[in-house]
Amino acid sequence: MQPTRLFVPLFALLCAFSVRAAEVSVAVAANFTAPMKAIAAEFAKDTGHQAKLAFGATGKFYAQIKNGAPFQMLLSADDETPAKLIQEGMAVADSRYTYAIGTLVLWSAQPGYVDAKGEVLKKGRFNKIALANSKLAPYGKAAVEVLSGMGLINAVAPKFVQGENISQTFQFASTGNAELGFVALSQVMKNGKIASGSAWIVPSKLHSPIRQDAVILAAGKGNAAAEALMKYLQGDKARAIVKSYGYDI
Amino acid sequence: MGFADADLAAIWLTLRLAGVTTALLLLTGTPIAWWLARTRSGWKGPVGAVVALPIVLPPTVIGFYLLLAMGPHGPVGQLTQSLGLGTLPFTFWGLVVASVFYSMPFVVQPIQNAIEALGERPLEVAATLRASPWDCFWSVVLPQARPGFLTAGILGFAHTVGEFGVVLMIGGNIPGVTRVVSVQIYDHVEALEYAEAHWLAAAMVIFSFLVLLALYTLNPTGRRK
Repeated sequence: MQPTRLFVPLFALLCAFSVRAAEVSVAVAANFTAPMKAIAAEFAKDTGHQAKLAFGATGKFYAQIKNGAPFQMLLSADDETPAKLIQEGMAVADSRYTYAIGTLVLWSAQPGYVDAKGEVLKKGRFNKIALANSKLAPYGKAAVEVLSGMGLINAVAPKFVQGENISQTFQFASTGNAELGFVALSQVMKNGKIASGSAWIVPSKLHSPIRQDAVILAAGKGNAAAEALMKYLQGDKARAIVKSYGYDI
Repeated sequence: MGFADADLAAIWLTLRLAGVTTALLLLTGTPIAWWLARTRSGWKGPVGAVVALPIVLPPTVIGFYLLLAMGPHGPVGQLTQSLGLGTLPFTFWGLVVASVFYSMPFVVQPIQNAIEALGERPLEVAATLRASPWDCFWSVVLPQARPGFLTAGILGFAHTVGEFGVVLMIGGNIPGVTRVVSVQIYDHVEALEYAEAHWLAAAMVIFSFLVLLALYTLNPTGRRK
């Protein structure tokens, strides 16, 4: 046996492979889970780079990033968190990009429960309404703005159950434990249609826009895969996927 | 600095939850522990294993199944609805039911061990003196197995105070109803309110230390049988 004979080409192969296919670790807002999985699959096919995805609440990611979490890119659920990270020198200043504008939807797992105008909120014949934590999550804040605008906040607030993020909020509503839930359209939309239950797509004028910004973090500066993914998000293919899940862009 | 009203509400709620849960645990756990300690039935193994399940299962598994089971389409949810009680998730009593299940092994096992340590002899003697089983429980088992009951009560209470994952999954974070201290700390940390988080977190550390200190001082291993 001559181990070096084998080792050299193997090592060369490994090096070549690692140069070609870089990896980027991405923190993704929970509401963008489904579209991002689809985008990451296409991204891997088209560029050979791998995007490792972690899904969760933007507020939690912010705290983790500030405390040294090894994420190289953040797809935030808002535009404030990326701005704050840039200000604090934790993110690359000119990398910020609005990859999606979120759509809020009032949804029920029961077909026919939610009408096309959201009148169900005024009738008040429900026990629980789920929303994302209004202190932390952009979709939760937007839901509170909508209710305040309709003059219903005092009547409805006692019926609030708050999810830790938008995924948990959807879980509360989809298991029927809350009859109603303010969730992201992307969670209930499939192939351009509401997949199940009933929904009122909340007009965007009723709340301030849910601009979702992506940013390359300090740890991802100079990472080829991070830069490629940021560019990929701005391409037609990714934008088409984003739109198909009910986001504006 | 110090505790805001919301923090105090969370503390009070947590103590109330732990108190009610511990009382129910002692009431339901004692017969189970008694049966497990004395039975020769083949069911001893399976029942003991079910009681111990929460020790090994992650809270997410328990929370997930409780959410489904207690929801409007789950078996427990259908039962509570047919009794006119509504559904349990997002309510104080929902947390109580979950906590009783979740903390059960911490109450059953110390009592079971204490009763097993008593052995057959004291009960046989009591029986020859014509004590009824009920009398026997109150005047023989309870005094003799007192350290076991004390340990069970303290552990049941402390474990309920320390609960987080299950509450997060079935609680819905409602102030004064399901927002317990552990969830309140989590919210503070998420909102980067580290000073507020520190106050509550430090209180939890001190509380837990005092509980365990009480446990080990009142119940030194040297005096155990």
